[in-house]
Amino acid sequence: MSRLIRMDHTGHTTLARWDAADPASVEAAVDALRRELDRGYLAMVSTGPGHAEQVRELPVDADTVILRLPIAGG
Amino acid sequence: MDERRLTLYARAWTATTLAHVVPFCVTAVVLVLIEPWLAPMSALALVQAWVIPELYANRGAKVVKPQHRAGEDAERAALGLLGDLVDHRARDVHARTGLVPEPGRLGVWLVGEAGALLVRGRRGPVHCFCVRVNEPGLPSGDRIAHLLLALRADEAGLATVANQAFAGARWRVRRRLAPRMRPALDLAARQAGEAAR
Repeated sequence: MSRLIRMDHTGHTTLARWDAADPASVEAAVDALRRELDRGYLAMVSTGPGHAEQVRELPVDADTVILRLPIAGG
Repeated sequence: MDERRLTLYARAWTATTLAHVVPFCVTAVVLVLIEPWLAPMSALALVQAWVIPELYANRGAKVVKPQHRAGEDAERAALGLLGDLVDHRARDVHARTGLVPEPGRLGVWLVGEAGALLVRGRRGPVHCFCVRVNEPGLPSGDRIAHLLLALRADEAGLATVANQAFAGARWRVRRRLAPRMRPALDLAARQAGEAAR
């Protein structure tokens, strides 16, 4: 089961779980991702040790998609 | 941001440090040569020559200063997520020092809650980057995870977005770090040295 996770003040919140073979769960995850992207979150997927990629669509095959906020110079 | 620009930046910091230190040292020598009884003033000039670079290094080291804690449950949950993102060695370093080591193309990074240190080579300079997620309620593990993911996705981009608070000698930054963080800097220097071979 893949997960869509948002980092927030609780540590993290699982917004959706999906199975690539279950279109309804994928659709729910896509909707949840879109909502968070509209709120300004960035979706990140690990692509191997030390590598990550920003995505704008739900990568259905991904194990975990993490939502983070933009960063800025302090 | 690339290696060439980082090198230029480090050299600019060295030049700035010299521009502060040399005049005070010259003043100290000249004062004693003019009148030996001006030795106390000469000593004050030498203190200035020492303190000014230390203040800059302190500003740099402060980028990885721990921020306020969130609730215990949130901190634990965030730590779990951060632990999933890194290997056991980085988890161990984080548990001991509060910093997450992350090798990159530009050098070895030490990611903190509101900034990161970039170590370039075993004897190379340390760059202190002030960069953070503007969400004060996040637990510390999440703040680090934000920077870690941003770094992994676009290392040069993170170095460009961040403000460089200081670039200079490792020993100078090390002295200003909290004692528990110093082993992380030593480890990063070793890793950077091995990577440079």
